[in-house]
Amino acid sequence: MTLYCGVDVGAAATKVVLIDAAGELRAHGVERTGPDTARVAAETRDAVLAASDLARHAIARTCATGFGRNEVAFAEVTRTEISCHSRGCLHHFPGPMTIVDIGGQDNKIIKLDERGKRVGFKLNRKCAAGTGAFLEEIAAILDVELGEMDRLAGEATDVVRLGSFCTVFAKTEILTNFRRGDRVADIVAGAFESVVRRIVEMDPLAGNVVLTGGVVGHNPYIVGIFERVLSRSVQVPPQPQFTGALGAALVARESA
Amino acid sequence: MACGFRVFFPENHGAMLGATRRATDLIPAANAIGYSPEVCSYLTSDVGAFLKNETPMAKMPGYTFPKPDVLVYNTNQCRDVQEWMAFYQRRFGVPMLGVNTPSGLHEVTDVHVDAASRQIEAMVEPLAAITGRKLDYDRFKETVRLSRALSEKWKTVLETGAAVPTPINFFDSTIHMGPAVVLRGDTRAIEYYDLLLAELHDCIARGVGSVAEENTRLYWEGMPIWGKLREHSEFLAKQRTSVVASTYCNSWIFDAFDPEDPFRSMGRAYTEIFIARSEEWKQAYLERMIAEYKVDGILYHDAKTCPSNSNNRYGLPERLQEKTGIPYIVISGDLNDLRCYSEEQTKTNMEAFIEQLAES
Ligand code: SF4
Repeated sequence: MTLYCGVDVGAAATKVVLIDAAGELRAHGVERTGPDTARVAAETRDAVLAASDLARHAIARTCATGFGRNEVAFAEVTRTEISCHSRGCLHHFPGPMTIVDIGGQDNKIIKLDERGKRVGFKLNRKCAAGTGAFLEEIAAILDVELGEMDRLAGEATDVVRLGSFCTVFAKTEILTNFRRGDRVADIVAGAFESVVRRIVEMDPLAGNVVLTGGVVGHNPYIVGIFERVLSRSVQVPPQPQFTGALGAALVARESA
Repeated sequence: MACGFRVFFPENHGAMLGATRRATDLIPAANAIGYSPEVCSYLTSDVGAFLKNETPMAKMPGYTFPKPDVLVYNTNQCRDVQEWMAFYQRRFGVPMLGVNTPSGLHEVTDVHVDAASRQIEAMVEPLAAITGRKLDYDRFKETVRLSRALSEKWKTVLETGAAVPTPINFFDSTIHMGPAVVLRGDTRAIEYYDLLLAELHDCIARGVGSVAEENTRLYWEGMPIWGKLREHSEFLAKQRTSVVASTYCNSWIFDAFDPEDPFRSMGRAYTEIFIARSEEWKQAYLERMIAEYKVDGILYHDAKTCPSNSNNRYGLPERLQEKTGIPYIVISGDLNDLRCYSEEQTKTNMEAFIEQLAES
């Protein structure tokens, strides 16, 4: 079997996807990125191969994406994560669409037209607002596990509004909320709401909205907030954390 | 010049501190005495250099700090220039004169030109009192004539950028514009551009581009990121992308200079510049530029400390794309303060934009 490999080296996590010549997903896996991006990329790929009993020599071509894309020595091709997320979403949904990707350190909004061509994109990496990094900070100050945030938000009876752009200011706000006696679950719901609000401020998010990225993958609660804020349903591809890596694998297949 | 002064331009010193990557170490000294990290980083770099007594100029033989006899400003770029001169005024206790130019103009009318040119004219007497010499009107006219001739030369240089492939790109131009900025009214500047033009015409004739195998042409709107000129130039060249034109380098074209009417024409020239105009006027200007230079996409630099040169902040990119279909990106950075700049973010942004243009 011929395989194509996509490696998405994000600031927080490294994702690997293997597809076959028909574009079917064969295996995938994820590791924390850490400081040695080159090593983690290779290890993640090897772990995915081992877990699925596939052979490395079956990989005909690899495409790397994400912030560490240029460190992946075994990739023959590189593309930015903007291109790969677009490609990955088009695999599941037809254009036109507005893709919102919420990553560990950044978020992006990508617009595709009816032919699936990209007509524009916006990145926010200036600060943690609206990203996974914001949620990590909030989890730390609330002393809850990151993995518990989604469940906690589901238990909220109210949403505590966090008004500030700035993560540091938001943390001070949370301390005030605590003193006022607000419930942790309600504050967590407020933190998710804040992420969505920061993104809605970046763009009008017209048309069909598709959500991708690890934050959405781990926290489906956020999907409901988007639907409420936008007053319509939004779409989420299967395994949204792997959309960039899947796109990369598809690019590898198409550029072979 | 026509008054017998030697003129020093602190803005160029600011750019020099940026391009030599000294600025980010010097700015904190100015921040520490109350000049916010949010105000012009030319100002804070230059003031920081003064406070720390450090400058790349020290390498020039015989360099001494140019202690001013008088400080002169024009707010046609922004008010920070006035605050900047005011810093030195307080330090040296010397007079400060200035022109507060109207801005945000859609049309430049006689009323606006009057407002600027009368202020320029009103400076003559106090300046003459400082030098003890009257204005040499013939020399003044000659200076305006030479400035006009220089401006025309510089314009011709930039216009060669319209050729495909372009023989000169933005990063080259930010360096070559030196004489047009500091040697207005000096014949040596004109000679410099004659030489450069001959070379550019030769490149066009031979089809030699500034970037090998150019396949994407961008317009740069906003300030350069001085400490990253080489990085950006090399990075884009690798992607076979030329930045064929920019508002910034075109800002030193002053078509209005007229030696027969020196005061009014100076007033007009300094009022009708891009930065002092309305959003609609700017949009129309950019429309002309993208057509003339056969631009595939526009890159807006949102410079943290220079709102006046960050033209992405009032919806102009969106309106322009809607009207022309030419896509854009915005990169966040700063002219001098590299604390506001992310290498990785900027390069990914640029690369993703070039991928997008290649797909369409
Ligand atoms: S226009 Fe920008 S760079 Fe020039 S002085 Fe004003 S703030 Fe500084």
